Amino acid sequence: MKIEGQIRIPSGCAISAAISKDGNKMSGEMIINSMKPMHDRSNGLGGGFAGYGIYPEYKDFYAFHMFFDSRDTRKKCEAFLKECFEIVKSEIIPTRKIPTIKDEPIIWRYFVAPLNSVLVSLQSEEKDFVAKTVMKINAEMPGAYVFSSGKNMGAFKAVGFPEDVGVFYKLEEYEGYSWTAHGRYPTNTPGWWGGAHPFTLLDYSVVHNGEISSYDANRRFIEMFGYKCTLQTDTEVITYIMDYLLRVQGLTLGEAASVIAAPFWSTIVAKTDLDDRKKHTYLRTMFPSLLITGPFSIVLGFEDGLMALNDRLKLRSMVVGEKDDKVFIASEEAAIRTMEPYAENIWSPAGGEPVIVKVKEGAF
Amino acid sequence: MQTIDAADLDYRAINEALREAGNDFIIEGCCGQKFIAAGMSHKNLTINGIPGNALGAYLNNANITVNANAQDAVGDTMNEGKILIHGNIGDAAGYAMRGGKIYVQGNAGYRAGIHMKAYKEKIPVMIIGGCAGSFLGEYQAGGVIIVLGFHKDNKRIVGNFPCTGMHGGKIFLRSSCEDIDFPKQVTARSAAADELDEIREYLSEYCSDFGYSIEELLSEPFTVITPDSKNPYKRMYVAN
Amino acid sequence: MSIEFIYPEFEIIRNENRCISCHVCEQQCANEAHSYDEKHKIMTCDDSKCVNCQRCVSFCPARALKIVKSKCTLRENANWSAETIKEIYKQANSGGVLLSSMGNPKPLPVYWDKILINASQVTNPSIDPLREPMETRVYLGKKPSKVQRTKDGALDCKLPPQLELSMPVMFSAMSYGSISYNAHKALALAATALGILYNTGEGGLHEDFYCYGENTVVQVASGRFGVHADYLKAGAAIEIKIGQGAKPGIGGHLPGAKIVGDISRTRMIPEGSDAISPAPHHDIYSIEDLRQLVFSLKEATEYKKPVIVKVAAVHNIAAIASGIARSGADIIAIDGFRGGTGAAPTRIRDHVGIPIELALAAVDQRLRNEGIRNNVSLVVGGSIRSAADVVKAIALGADACYVATAALLALGCHLCRTCQSGKCNWGIATQRPELVKRLNPAMGSERLINLMTAWKHEIKEFMGGMGINSIEALRGNRLMLRGIGLTEKELEILDISHAGE
Repeated sequence: MKIEGQIRIPSGCAISAAISKDGNKMSGEMIINSMKPMHDRSNGLGGGFAGYGIYPEYKDFYAFHMFFDSRDTRKKCEAFLKECFEIVKSEIIPTRKIPTIKDEPIIWRYFVAPLNSVLVSLQSEEKDFVAKTVMKINAEMPGAYVFSSGKNMGAFKAVGFPEDVGVFYKLEEYEGYSWTAHGRYPTNTPGWWGGAHPFTLLDYSVVHNGEISSYDANRRFIEMFGYKCTLQTDTEVITYIMDYLLRVQGLTLGEAASVIAAPFWSTIVAKTDLDDRKKHTYLRTMFPSLLITGPFSIVLGFEDGLMALNDRLKLRSMVVGEKDDKVFIASEEAAIRTMEPYAENIWSPAGGEPVIVKVKEGAF
Repeated sequence: MQTIDAADLDYRAINEALREAGNDFIIEGCCGQKFIAAGMSHKNLTINGIPGNALGAYLNNANITVNANAQDAVGDTMNEGKILIHGNIGDAAGYAMRGGKIYVQGNAGYRAGIHMKAYKEKIPVMIIGGCAGSFLGEYQAGGVIIVLGFHKDNKRIVGNFPCTGMHGGKIFLRSSCEDIDFPKQVTARSAAADELDEIREYLSEYCSDFGYSIEELLSEPFTVITPDSKNPYKRMYVAN
Repeated sequence: MSIEFIYPEFEIIRNENRCISCHVCEQQCANEAHSYDEKHKIMTCDDSKCVNCQRCVSFCPARALKIVKSKCTLRENANWSAETIKEIYKQANSGGVLLSSMGNPKPLPVYWDKILINASQVTNPSIDPLREPMETRVYLGKKPSKVQRTKDGALDCKLPPQLELSMPVMFSAMSYGSISYNAHKALALAATALGILYNTGEGGLHEDFYCYGENTVVQVASGRFGVHADYLKAGAAIEIKIGQGAKPGIGGHLPGAKIVGDISRTRMIPEGSDAISPAPHHDIYSIEDLRQLVFSLKEATEYKKPVIVKVAAVHNIAAIASGIARSGADIIAIDGFRGGTGAAPTRIRDHVGIPIELALAAVDQRLRNEGIRNNVSLVVGGSIRSAADVVKAIALGADACYVATAALLALGCHLCRTCQSGKCNWGIATQRPELVKRLNPAMGSERLINLMTAWKHEIKEFMGGMGINSIEALRGNRLMLRGIGLTEKELEILDISHAGE
């Protein structure tokens, strides 16, 4: 049977996220619990989490989380990494054996920094080089897969229900100022760990609910710029789009949201703020192939915050709530109530209207 | 009169400067910038240096004088105006020219006057002082091409395959043309006095532009070439 | 009769019981196939003059006429078809190059018919286009590779010139001369009403139509007919015609018989003189020369108009398109080998070039592989017959489609394929005043508007079914396509999966 990447597998999902604007740390246990009331939105074929601020002692290094199919592959990949990176720490990611999570690959993490001499000789910008390396490993090294590559953050994912995945990875032992979570409902049984969410590149992570209809238009466009969509999943392509718009093109979060969930032309034409109209016309004309259609709600995690966004027709559910310095986002209010029973200002953002939450400068 | 120093300008910048207010310009230090005065009207322009290809393309009634050679495609699809070249010109000069004048003191490259057109009194004129290269007047549908053959240095006045596909207009060659092969569908004959009268006005203008004597110019015989048919390929097809 | 005789291809069948001898058929037929037999007081006909344009059939008030394929056949031969034999007779009789009109009629593969479109079920909702917003607007033109900001950090919203289309369809080039004044007017009126563009073709633009400039593409072909600065500035875009799908690699030839009156003036060639377009542009012998022509046009129009470069789909089209994309062109138009023509040598039309579907797939992928797909928009033509073809073309990677034959059909063309005769009974491919006036521009434009409006609805239905509410999310979305009955190689080139995969 073809696995994810060889074939495209649509899936439905549950998402959840929490962030402290003051940079206060939250245990991974809270985000695990938030997924429990949404159990039926997943089908046990994929779950995962991303935590920010979890590796303070290595915060200047890229944390590569990797799956390997064999010891040999790992050795080969390590040799490859050593050519271009300084590896300051290399270890197995601690897990606990539980009956619901089976057939795990070798799960490893490396804290690395690209060698300056390599960057100079390739005339490469550091982040660009790291991103390209990740792409190269994932596309060209069979059996090796980088599923997390940001600084002071990490993704944890597996085949299973999300609450089991959290226990498997001992997430209660991690503390972060921002967390996202995902439970997956794919339409067949790929049984491959890389296909679970969140999907990440550098410090961007995306959890996503829905199936986008613009997938191949988006994929074939973004692949022009060095990205390789090896998984054929929506989340993967959305992550690359966000990386391209934010990092490569230098758009703001709001501008990027206006590209992927652009207002309808009729809405743009009706705008009375002429600068705003001009801006939206420009963005739609400039990036037509990055408009995402079809149902989606996504939470994009990045170094200093989260952005939640619904498709412009709002075909998926998404709820936001607040309490003190914290903001919670989830597919269902119940998930928010699990994390914070006294959450306030519960609201459902309109389609195409991004909710951007930033951690205070210097608080992370 | 304004002077544009072209030394550090690309063609876009030169044309932008030309489009600015004012009608009379000198471009100094021109070196290969293309498209000068493309599509422009009501300008008088002198160029010192070598203008790039497609000088005066789509020219819409401007006067251009070049005090040196010019490159390929001078006056491409020119509509009105006059281009005066104190030197030689490259290939495909006056391509699809539909009006105006191109007067060249020196030689022309391949395919001069290709596909020139005319409609009623709007007749383009190209005069080449020296010799013309091969395929002179290819596909010519109208207009007048005159080659004077000054300073020939024993070369033929026109290269190979002149007038190929010609189906309109006239070509005058200041030569008896005994050494020239013309295609079947045109007639080359000694130009009669009334035919020379038709072009006398252009020749006089040319002489005053370049300081020649009209009498001397007319002292040699002219051959005139006209197409036999407006429909050279009529019998080539059968409806299917 | 003689050795030159070829039995007529069609027979005019007249039901004598119904015929009222009203002479309408006689009046309607410019080919003079019908006449009145004074002696017997009946209408009669000469089958050999009939081109099967169906004009008489359509206008016979008694419905007394039909045109049928002649049953007089040569002895069957699978190798020497009747058509081939007759063509040999024609050439033996005349010594002429066979000349045909309209697109390649041969039974070569139509890949559109071997591609199927997706629809959403459960995992992604389909959308009801009648009640939910559904966008078909496209912008054609170069998209810069990098966002620029002004000094204060705001987005610098300047873009290269873009063409706005309300739907991804334009009327493709048909010259004034090959088709009539009224046909051009109908196209101009319809394009304006629809918010799309029509194309002057290579014969220049009649001054009466300058007012439709915002919806006009002005063409510059090798003959440069009617090309001058005001013409270039009149249109919304300029198209450099390098080639045409029906006759790649050869020039145009409008017979002198069609060069009359305003045609002569607009093209600036004498009345009755053949209008000959050379095979190449004689200022383009190489790709860098193309760049020169592109930029000479941009200079002449102060960079305000996008430049389209139109080429025929030929074997090496992907590399050619890549070269064009780097030549400064804003839009590449590719014309497939089934594209129509007012006249082309039969052999060229039927044997040169490749199908647009394969050309499009190859070009779109090649431009993406090279990272320059955003430098240009892609417009494809060459027998786009329906909204389904449009949707498939967009999903394969086109930004928009060029439509001509379908537009002519809307105007009354019955595809009799004798445009070269200049005797079009439907007032389209003719310059005879008495025939031209048969085409009412207002009614013609109404029919064009109807056709395109219907297609737009159908495009929206397709999109809704796929869960796509904006055409840009369909563009290049090959996952929405599946092949049926295609070989591995064909699927590889189209870069689509087979149905069931």
